[in-house]
Amino acid sequence: MTHETTADAGPVFIGTIREELEAICARYPSRQAALLPGLWIIQRERGWVSPAAMEEIAGLLGCSAAHVKGVVTFYTMYHQHPVGRHFIQVCTTSPCGACGADDVVRTLLEKTGCGELGVTSADGRFTVIEVECLGACGFATPIMINDEFHESVTPARVPTILAQLK
Amino acid sequence: MGYPHRPHPRETPVLSAHFGDPDARSLTGWRTRGGYVALERALGQTPGAIVDEVKASGLRGRGGAGFPTGIKWSFMRPGDGKPHYLCCNADESEPGTFKDREIMRWTPHALVEGVAIGAYAIGATTAYIYIRGEFTEPLQRVETAVREAYAAGILGADAMGSGHRIDVHVHRGAGAYICGEETALMNSIEGKRGNPRIKPPFPAVAGLFGQPTTINNVESLAAVPHILTRGAAWYQSLQLSNPKSVGTKLFSVCGNVARPGNYEMVLGFPFGEFLEDVVGGAPTGRKIKAVIPGGSSVPMLTRDEAMGAVMDYEGMIAAGTMLGSGGVIVFDDSQSIPRMVARLARFYAHESCAQCSQCREGTAWTTRILERICAGEGTYADLDTLLDIADNMTGKTICVLSDSCAAPVVSGLQKFRHEFEALIPKKQNTVAVAAD
Repeated sequence: MTHETTADAGPVFIGTIREELEAICARYPSRQAALLPGLWIIQRERGWVSPAAMEEIAGLLGCSAAHVKGVVTFYTMYHQHPVGRHFIQVCTTSPCGACGADDVVRTLLEKTGCGELGVTSADGRFTVIEVECLGACGFATPIMINDEFHESVTPARVPTILAQLK
Repeated sequence: MGYPHRPHPRETPVLSAHFGDPDARSLTGWRTRGGYVALERALGQTPGAIVDEVKASGLRGRGGAGFPTGIKWSFMRPGDGKPHYLCCNADESEPGTFKDREIMRWTPHALVEGVAIGAYAIGATTAYIYIRGEFTEPLQRVETAVREAYAAGILGADAMGSGHRIDVHVHRGAGAYICGEETALMNSIEGKRGNPRIKPPFPAVAGLFGQPTTINNVESLAAVPHILTRGAAWYQSLQLSNPKSVGTKLFSVCGNVARPGNYEMVLGFPFGEFLEDVVGGAPTGRKIKAVIPGGSSVPMLTRDEAMGAVMDYEGMIAAGTMLGSGGVIVFDDSQSIPRMVARLARFYAHESCAQCSQCREGTAWTTRILERICAGEGTYADLDTLLDIADNMTGKTICVLSDSCAAPVVSGLQKFRHEFEALIPKKQNTVAVAAD
């Protein structure tokens, strides 16, 4: 995942990326159905979904920018702002909460220098958030770093996991 | 098997027989384990014959509702001239549940085969597998399996040389528990906010893109190839005294237990023996205090109630709860029930789609009160208010998310009221009692 911080990086869907979107559109009887996959492409390319990108995909899929904004704000995984290079989500829902997830959160906030949930560290490397049930309750506490799952994370394992990140 | 543990001798591994075996993931590996024999045979039969076989097997939906799969399929009218769709619900997000994840991680072809059979049986040429956005590894495994199946001619315009078209597409969600609700899932595929739809019309009449649609859970579809290969009678024979609940079911076990993981049991197994023997009970030195047996949306049981319950649809109803998704959450005696319930309420408040005011306001209000109680700032009146709100949140909304929020609150208050009361400051206690 690359993370550009400028909103005016130009259109996303050009060349092969436009072809990728069109191939996805062919899977559905309506172009609008390609919206979630299209937003995933934007986030993969730019690290977040900017207002300019929302307008761009609205035009390509034949829906309004307001509709796209409504969708982006509904789903928690689309970033509406740039985030740290390593976006860390910690499951703290009850089953993980019963197994020490809050201690994992505290340790992550301390060791990454983020200090607070949702705040990006000063060096731009980390953002830590709590996430609702990651669907890996038997492997408490699961955390997700960008697209990578780490299972059975304990406060003691946090420094090792962070040391592996650039 | 109790993945990540070795299978327990009292398990009956069917769906989980290859969990932990990376060789089962590839098309070649799956074929050497008997894969795609059922699909090939199914494509030589009429769709009606497959529906009848699945009906006869007694398979019930494994996503939580327990509706008979074959009967659901029979609602789809073949030859009505409309496009039909099959949606596979792989949006597994119910706290305590992580079984579909393991099916997709270890045996993705089992799911692709089940989806292809299901699509053919309901007269659909297109199926979508909707996988929650956070499931990056399952997503990649299933996408690889679909690609392999296309390359081998198993999927596509002439599926397995049968002359029938079966297309399977993977659709990734983006973080929304509510998209596991079948009508919200369809909206999400259509590129909309995941708001549930008012029923009727039911999906079999007007579902995805307004066309007749069937939605099945991953585990239900993965069971279908086994039923077709070994026969409905074999599946029916997997029962322990209750002919209404047959077959094997994956139970995800988490929270305060010695061996968390997935366990595949024949339905009807005694819950007490499961908790103590198969799963190993609470961690050393602790005792089980409460159990939520079917994912966070079902009422919780006390230890005694859980020990006497039976692991099937009717057995859990008799115990005052539900089998649900089979996500078993165990709390030991070191846990505070009010805190656990408050955290669950926060989950539902976060996940409410906010269409219905009872849910939007009710889940948030419930959370605020519970968090206030946990902070030692609650009153006796709060406990009554919680029950009052819960009543207004049950059976009064488009979908059951708000009912699900009410379930742990009401059952927690009924069964562990003393723990809530203990958090209420003494001074206010006296005032409240005096006011009564």
